[in-house]
Amino acid sequence: MALPVYATTGQKIWYYAFRVICAAIFFFLIFPIITIIPLSFNAEDFFTFTPGMLAFESDAYSFKHYDDFFNNEDWQLALSNSLKIAPMATFLSVSLGTLAAIGLSQSHVPFRGAIMAILISPMIVPLIISATGMFFFYSQPFGFSDLSIQGTYWAIVLAHAVLGTPFVIITVTATLVGFDKSLTRAAANMGADPVTTFFRVQMPLIVPGVISGGLFAFITSFDEVVVVLFLGSAQQKTLPWQMFTGLREQISPTILAVATILVTVSVLLLLTVELLRRRSERLRGMSPG
Amino acid sequence: MSTTAETLSSDAPSPEAQEAASETDARGRLLAADGTPLKLSLARALRRQKLRALALVAPLLFFVLVSFIFPIGGMLLRSVQNDIVPDTLPRTIAALEDWDPASDVLPGEPAFAALYTDLVVATERKTHTRLGSRLNYAAGGYSSMLRKSGRLVADFHLDWFEKKVSRDWDEPEVFTALFGEGEGPAAQALPKTAAAYAAWAEEMREQGEDPAKEEPWDLVYAALVEDLRAGGPALTGYSGPQAELIAETLAKIGEYDPPSYTDAFIKSDKDWGDPDNWAIIHQLSGRYTSSYFLAAADLERNTDGEIVDKPEEESIYIFLFERTLFLSLTITFSCLLLGYPIAWLLSNLPLRISNLLLILVLLPFWTSLLVRTSAWIVLLQQEGVINDLLVSVGILSDSGRLQMMFNQTGTIIAMTHILLPFMILPLYSVMKTIKPNYLRAAKSLGATDWTAFWRVYFPNTVPGIGAGAILVFILSIGYYITPELVGGTEGVFISNRIAYHISSSLNWGLAAALASLLLIVVLALYWVYDRIVGIDNVKLG
Amino acid sequence: MKITHLLGATAIALVPLATLAEDLPPCDNCADTMTIVSWGGAYSSSQLKAYHEPYSKLTGVSIVNDESSNEAVAKLRAMAEAGNVSWDVVDVVASDAIRLCDEGLAREMDFNEELAAAPDGTSAEEDFGDLLVSDCFIPQIVYSTTFGYRTDVAEWNGREPDDICDVFDLENFPGKRSLEKRPINNMEWALLCDGVAKEDVYDVLETEEGQDRAFAKLDTIKDSVIWWSAGAETPQRLADGEAVMGSTYNGRLFSLIEEQGQPVKMLWDAQVFDLDGWIIPAGLPEDRLNRALHYIMFATDTQRLADQAKFISYGPARASSAPLVGKHADLGIDMAPHMPTDPANAKNTFLYNYEWWADYRDDLDAKFQAWIAK
Repeated sequence: MALPVYATTGQKIWYYAFRVICAAIFFFLIFPIITIIPLSFNAEDFFTFTPGMLAFESDAYSFKHYDDFFNNEDWQLALSNSLKIAPMATFLSVSLGTLAAIGLSQSHVPFRGAIMAILISPMIVPLIISATGMFFFYSQPFGFSDLSIQGTYWAIVLAHAVLGTPFVIITVTATLVGFDKSLTRAAANMGADPVTTFFRVQMPLIVPGVISGGLFAFITSFDEVVVVLFLGSAQQKTLPWQMFTGLREQISPTILAVATILVTVSVLLLLTVELLRRRSERLRGMSPG
Repeated sequence: MSTTAETLSSDAPSPEAQEAASETDARGRLLAADGTPLKLSLARALRRQKLRALALVAPLLFFVLVSFIFPIGGMLLRSVQNDIVPDTLPRTIAALEDWDPASDVLPGEPAFAALYTDLVVATERKTHTRLGSRLNYAAGGYSSMLRKSGRLVADFHLDWFEKKVSRDWDEPEVFTALFGEGEGPAAQALPKTAAAYAAWAEEMREQGEDPAKEEPWDLVYAALVEDLRAGGPALTGYSGPQAELIAETLAKIGEYDPPSYTDAFIKSDKDWGDPDNWAIIHQLSGRYTSSYFLAAADLERNTDGEIVDKPEEESIYIFLFERTLFLSLTITFSCLLLGYPIAWLLSNLPLRISNLLLILVLLPFWTSLLVRTSAWIVLLQQEGVINDLLVSVGILSDSGRLQMMFNQTGTIIAMTHILLPFMILPLYSVMKTIKPNYLRAAKSLGATDWTAFWRVYFPNTVPGIGAGAILVFILSIGYYITPELVGGTEGVFISNRIAYHISSSLNWGLAAALASLLLIVVLALYWVYDRIVGIDNVKLG
Repeated sequence: MKITHLLGATAIALVPLATLAEDLPPCDNCADTMTIVSWGGAYSSSQLKAYHEPYSKLTGVSIVNDESSNEAVAKLRAMAEAGNVSWDVVDVVASDAIRLCDEGLAREMDFNEELAAAPDGTSAEEDFGDLLVSDCFIPQIVYSTTFGYRTDVAEWNGREPDDICDVFDLENFPGKRSLEKRPINNMEWALLCDGVAKEDVYDVLETEEGQDRAFAKLDTIKDSVIWWSAGAETPQRLADGEAVMGSTYNGRLFSLIEEQGQPVKMLWDAQVFDLDGWIIPAGLPEDRLNRALHYIMFATDTQRLADQAKFISYGPARASSAPLVGKHADLGIDMAPHMPTDPANAKNTFLYNYEWWADYRDDLDAKFQAWIAK
């Protein structure tokens, strides 16, 4: 969409004005995330730039907020809880979600629309409603208080697993949409039984979808705070829980250090997903990638 | 349901079936390899296939139903449940059945007597103040009425007994001696007391207490007064244990009238003398109630049972719903305004560059919600980065710092940022499919740039706008975290009020009613989204 | 969660162990871990130092800290509905304790039996006196909600507020006020400054006209108010200069003034007293109940309550603890003048009427939120 040589002055002005507007919007998207990174190295307990920081004096910067994060037992507990909860929730979402997505992409599924609507609903229903529903339910499942898992590790894992499954279904279904059915037919023709066909033909093709769905599920759990606030107890507090209470009480720059670490993790995850997407498209021969 | 071979997928009994298809039976029907008619065989294969698909979906479906749909259903049920009133005041409600709340006269003595009985039980079981909190949702004052009367009824008859008749009845041993053995002469002389005592002792044993060591509830004394005043030969001729005490009490009991329940209740709290307070109990006597939903819509029932608007100074929920809708619409609109140019740019740049720029869109999408919210707090607060910048550049004076947080501005800015990727991604995927030829054709036919865009390009992007706008709107309408942190008082949503009623005010019924209303709006939009876009077509990244 | 297992740890013993061990009877049939729920922050750490650490050292019990006091009533109610209470001792404010006790969610105490007597033999009931506002509630501290103001506001021309009604005086004391986002306290202050006598406040507030009057008074400053919901917000705003005066808990102002050295002073006038203390949830199994009672017996004795005041400026709830209040553990300043109960500070105090608010909280809260929103 380069500017044609015959463009009028008005068109030229608009062309460049449009670029400037777009640049401003990209700036709006990225600026907040970038700002917190230098602030997390602030040597003071403020969350604004000190004159020293602006003059790039080395003693205006420090790692003390990172120290605090790695040495404060509250933050460490939150980190280890997050790392215990998210993988288990992801495992549940991915295994159940992949099976269901394969089932849903068969050609004849009765009540497909209704089932799909139910399975995707955890993504749509406002979190506050899901959280309060689970708050009451988990303290007394089906009216049996003996089954109560309120405030336990498993309550949060189950809740996060439910919230993560829609992402797995969406991504895996998307890879299956482009799936060439003649491949399984060919496998069957050559005498492979359905199980072999699944693992040798179907699985390698949907793996990118499964992994990217898993990453979504992981980030959903890792980033989730409303359900944890309602279902969790202090023993189960996660990183977002700790950040939320911290933000409500008062901002300590430690939060910015944590935020910077999380941004780094997001960038890594994002790159992984991008690579997987390219690989998947290449495998399916859909685009040059 | 079609049985033609081409709609069947790979799993149809393909090679054998097709080979067998050439054979026919006596009636000319095609036969499968095993000799069954092909139609039947195909139908069976189809059924098997359906079952297999369902079997694959079943574990997750079960999981979602049990741990998500069921809990939400259970919570929503709380919006109509009202068990606490009929469970705590069963006798009172029965006694009020014939009373006309519109008559503006106080219910009679039997209603007060029933209230006394209910309250003794409730006080001993400690449910009376909980009932007070429940009734307080309808009108103020019940909490103290029930607490004060709770204190009164606990020793209502005993106090009167001790003051006027005899001081010797407050020992547990007296009752153990009389009724401890079960059916004895005392049980014949004082039948109602015996029954009341037995019921009470049973309850004590259930609670793990020893009835022989506890002072009986006042209900037992109420029965005793009744028995003693009724007299009868079995009582006057009584010679069993404690005969002396009974004879002595019997001699005195006739001299005094037992206290009136009505007077006692009104004396304990004058509000019991107000028929309006009884009307509310009468209104709330059912197991299910619409009162929470009425309250959620800023309505209430007056004492005549008609639905009327709440006084304006107490109306807040309609206003909050409107504000939630207004803010969500504003956020959706700003997302569209910012997202449209970006999506257009991305879809018109060479793939290599647009993929790079897409990362700038996806990075916020993948960054923790709390990270983005804290970033906006850092930027927007009065001592924050933006204000500092404006002051140091000289646009603002130090005392004239802008208030950009703890109000609607803060909520709109932060949430637009958070939800913008949800607008850009669907727009981008739609715009990618629009062929540039269309625009060229329009221009070559003489359209100006604007006409070409507005009449040709824009209509083609409407599905993307619809998808993005509904998604952003659905997500923003139920937001809780960001408004809670940056919204102050003006920028909060209905969700924040739901959370308040769950964890602070403990008005769980009202929270459930508000949640139900919110859920209805969201599900309606979800349905629209499914119609327009199809749930299958949601794209992530 | 901090598991403080202090056997062998080098915690500072606040009192010689010998006297403790004598005073503290052994605990029969007691659980050896317990979960204590409190508010978190500086308040929890004062309890940790004054109560938990010495108790753990003495008995070897490991204490799990939960910081859920804010949601204690909601969570205890849900736990009780489920019949599965996982907390052993819970720190709550008096109004919550009354509510929990009323609903049978907290255990009723036999104060004289289950709490230590004062060193001079005064019974616990007498020692706590009027502060025993509920049968289930063992008060720990008296705190107050009061105002702090900046001392360097140029527009005030050297004037300093010394009366609660200066909060409503925008002419002499212009600037933003930071007030709590709930009706409690604000309504009372508004009426007091609208000429209602202290003893009539609740009678007036009970009427429709009285409520309108309070709102009308608050309306006069509404545009200058920033509302807070967490106790840390006012100190933060005062420090930033975002507000020139604001209400919060006196302990928060103490640390702002004395520990952070900010140019802020306290306006003690019409401070509202409130209580904070322990409850034991109802229906605990026997071994956990015994442990909870044993802990309470220790943590609420005269010396322990006085010890807490070394770390935070809240007044001990026992009369007998007052003379034992010493100096701040780190700053070394005398704590007595910083107590809300100190005679110099308590010239004009206001008592928060728990029963009245239990009745009218829901009603007034709806009105208050509607008023704020519009």
